[in-house]
Amino acid sequence: MENWSLFSLCVLLGLTSRWAVSFHSYSGAGKPPMFGDYEAQRHWQEVTYNLPVHEWYFNTTNNDLNYWGLDYPPLTAYHSLVCAYVAKLLNPEWVELHASRGYESHSHKLFMRATVLFTDILIYIPAVLLYCFYFCDGSSKQKVATALCILLYPGLILIDYGHFQYNSVSLGLALWGILGLGLGWDLFGSLAFTLALNYKQMELYHSLPFFCYLLGKCIKQGLTRRGFFQLAKISLTVLVTFALCWMPFLSDPKQPLQVLHRLFPFGRGLFEDKVANTWCSLNVLIKIKTLLSRETQLFLSFALTLLFILPSSLKLLSKPNLWQFKLALVNSSLAFFLFSFQVHEKSILLAAFYCTHLGFCLFLRLMFFLFVFFHSMLPLLVKDGLLLPYVVTSLAFLFLSLYLLSALERSTEEELRLGLYRKLTQRWLPKLNLSRIIKWKFWFSLVAMAVLSFTSVWLEPPAKFPDLFPVLVSILSFLHFLGFIIYFNLVQLMEPQRKKSQKKTN
Amino acid sequence: MAAPMTNDQSWFYALALGVSFLKCLLINAYHSTDFEVHRNWLALTHSLPAAQWYYEATSEWTLDYPPLFAWFEYGLSHIASFFDKEMLVVQNLNYASPATILFQRLSVIVADVVFFYAVKECCKCLREDKGKYLLGKPSFILTVLLLWNFGLIIVDHIHFQYNGFLFGVLLLSIARHFQNRHFEGALLFSILLNLKHIYLYIAPAYGIYLLRCFCFTQSNADGSLQWRSFSVVRLVTLGTIVLSTFSVSFGPFIALGQLPQVLSRLFPFKRGLCHAYWAPNIWALYNIADKAFSILGVKFKLLDINKLPKASMTGGLVQEFQHSVLPSVSPLATLVCTVLSILPALFRIWHRPNGARGFLRCLVICALGSFMFGWHVHEKAILMAILPLSLLAVESREDARIFLILSITGHYSLFPLLFTTQELPIKILLLLLFTIFSLTSLKTLFRKGGALLNPLEATYLLGLIPLELICEFVYPLTVWQKTFPFLPLMLTSVYCALGVTYAFIRLYISLLTCSDSTKKIKTQ
Repeated sequence: MENWSLFSLCVLLGLTSRWAVSFHSYSGAGKPPMFGDYEAQRHWQEVTYNLPVHEWYFNTTNNDLNYWGLDYPPLTAYHSLVCAYVAKLLNPEWVELHASRGYESHSHKLFMRATVLFTDILIYIPAVLLYCFYFCDGSSKQKVATALCILLYPGLILIDYGHFQYNSVSLGLALWGILGLGLGWDLFGSLAFTLALNYKQMELYHSLPFFCYLLGKCIKQGLTRRGFFQLAKISLTVLVTFALCWMPFLSDPKQPLQVLHRLFPFGRGLFEDKVANTWCSLNVLIKIKTLLSRETQLFLSFALTLLFILPSSLKLLSKPNLWQFKLALVNSSLAFFLFSFQVHEKSILLAAFYCTHLGFCLFLRLMFFLFVFFHSMLPLLVKDGLLLPYVVTSLAFLFLSLYLLSALERSTEEELRLGLYRKLTQRWLPKLNLSRIIKWKFWFSLVAMAVLSFTSVWLEPPAKFPDLFPVLVSILSFLHFLGFIIYFNLVQLMEPQRKKSQKKTN
Repeated sequence: MAAPMTNDQSWFYALALGVSFLKCLLINAYHSTDFEVHRNWLALTHSLPAAQWYYEATSEWTLDYPPLFAWFEYGLSHIASFFDKEMLVVQNLNYASPATILFQRLSVIVADVVFFYAVKECCKCLREDKGKYLLGKPSFILTVLLLWNFGLIIVDHIHFQYNGFLFGVLLLSIARHFQNRHFEGALLFSILLNLKHIYLYIAPAYGIYLLRCFCFTQSNADGSLQWRSFSVVRLVTLGTIVLSTFSVSFGPFIALGQLPQVLSRLFPFKRGLCHAYWAPNIWALYNIADKAFSILGVKFKLLDINKLPKASMTGGLVQEFQHSVLPSVSPLATLVCTVLSILPALFRIWHRPNGARGFLRCLVICALGSFMFGWHVHEKAILMAILPLSLLAVESREDARIFLILSITGHYSLFPLLFTTQELPIKILLLLLFTIFSLTSLKTLFRKGGALLNPLEATYLLGLIPLELICEFVYPLTVWQKTFPFLPLMLTSVYCALGVTYAFIRLYISLLTCSDSTKKIKTQ
């Protein structure tokens, strides 16, 4: 069979599973007074359609910021505005000011789901296909397999089509950015990434790798000669893109400040709910939130985040190639997730997303990673009534990855990229079989996750500790994430760069 | 699906599990009244003694499947009581709690295991199963064509029926005949008849084949019948198998003296010639010809508009379609047409049996013939021809061509089954998925010898795209939607009827010429 038909079958399978997941419930369905993210997105359509631009981010009589006030960058607001125009055409009730609060109906759900599907088809899926086509090693069959794995990646499907968000837009734009950088179109890449940043501030997690990669490349070309012009061109592109996105807010200096204040709500505390990051897990032992002042918390989280990003960023700065760039993306997103201030549980989506895109060779570890991510979101999805699609898509993905992987099992040991690490361990533990340990650990984690999933869904927690299961889940996930960030940093810092990726960047 | 593994069978489980996961995702999708039909049967078999099963009429969806299926529902109902006891109360009409939906959907998904096993057995019967890489192996292609069959997925797992399980029994019986295990095959088929009597349509193929190829143990050198080789023992054994199955199934009801009541439930002749939505068969073409004649007649003043029957102007909405120009069709006429349409095929396998493959071809013709000419045919019945034809499609070029035409048009004609907006994307995506796979895989399989479809056929099939766009996207926006809401349905069934008729004719030609071609190969 030709490649085009295999790729189109992958896309069709991805779209089918996306739409099938969208039959299920969404966050906050039928739960007044606050509802959930679905209502937030609908409310933003209502606000952007009915109010003038300068009121969008301000608390006014018509715009109650306590009820799902707009707290995403301008591009999200513009997107909501476009959706609102379509909604107005279809049914004016959907975006009527005030009156449409908490509006829910079958046809409205269809409309909202369709907007997600539309952006997915427009931005995310083409980026994935191009990415697999250009940047995956191996035969065309392996490229197809990678595309299938990425397109069926359950995390994104469940959050976008179940819970309800537009992550595929920001992720898709960032992926276009990576594509641009990989293909050598630095200006296009920085444009796409700036757009992603202006769609969702969470993309800041990746801004440092982008910055270091581009800067490193310019330095390589010589800062006094060509590199300088290149750098100037890139900075100009970024600045102009930013200016265009923020244009309506630049007339009054109060405006951009208010927007920034909305985007980075430091007042909300170090963490909320049960997030599988350092602060939430430490909280079991020490009550940091009450122990330290807010400023100290802010400083501590900032310092730790920086500490964990710096090594990989510096390495990338000195060796700006694609392989290092991808690893730096993972490391930086993980560091942000683990240590930064006010992290949302869905942020891990970003780290996991780039992991799927790292390629096929690291698959055993990656799959592992993805599962941990997935698990850390179980409580959220159960709350939304998405247990069935959660179980089905995660089992399907596990099975698919295992199946596709088993064909490539021979290569995994060598491909784990722990050559140096292995040499070190062999000095002290000569009989250690690394790949076997990893395999056992993989199964062990899988069983632990399955057991915890089961208990947290079907068993009643003891009355003394009502939060026992969510805490256990997030601590287990945290331990895995910590292991991962160490592993990925080791890979990035110790491994000499691959020959293949060298070829590509040249 | 792209893993380079050809030596083991793990790809089969991957495909089976994959499609099961997809089915599980569809649990929350739209379901038709057939869902309530089966819930009602669960309830009445659970709460009433068998003697009342065929008399119970609280719900309008009375039990109209043969006794074995009722026993199947009876067995299911015991598991159902663990999910939600309320669904087993006959009076709870249209009861559809989340647990009920989950149970009923899961029962269909789990019952499909029979189908999986049958498909696996069918793969073993393929003549040549070589292929350097997985995606080009006939058994792989056949597995996808059967397991991921578009029609089965939407009819069973969205619309709601138990066809997967029933087709599993049918395919298993066919596979047994291929493996020369004829007694098992016959037993399975008689069980199938007692599960759903629609399979009576293909019983002639079974009867003739078993009589000719099994009861007569030998043929002459030229393939003609050797009368002396008749084996009475085999005929008696076959007869015993069939009769004992029927007596187990119908026996208790005969003993209770309920046979007439049961039969009246099984064969309701009160319905019209065509279903509300015309199945794409000869009668759809007949109806449209009648309509065309009446319009032309009125235009050229050959007919008086006041004398025409009123109902014909709203055709498609009412079940009783009154023909205005052409003679009306009676049930007997359809029966005669059906018999006439399958007779040549039966004669053919009597004179030139051509083994199990000839039988399978004859079976497909019987299924398709009854679909073309039958009384009150449902569009779903096309699956009875498409699924067995998949077996032939991976073995010969000509059959692959017929399969493509029949499956694409037949599957497209199932679209009106799902009319909700929510399911619109899913049915289009699934049909594209199945169509692209079957087109490209069969093309790769029969790489040598040019294109599978000739330009005319390809154009016809491509015509389905504008047809779909007009029927589901453009037409609802026009003003005619209110005055002639049935027009898209009519257009769909007439357009598809052309393709199905064409496939039927081509299939007949292939049956009448195929043994000659095998002879040629032998003489060469």
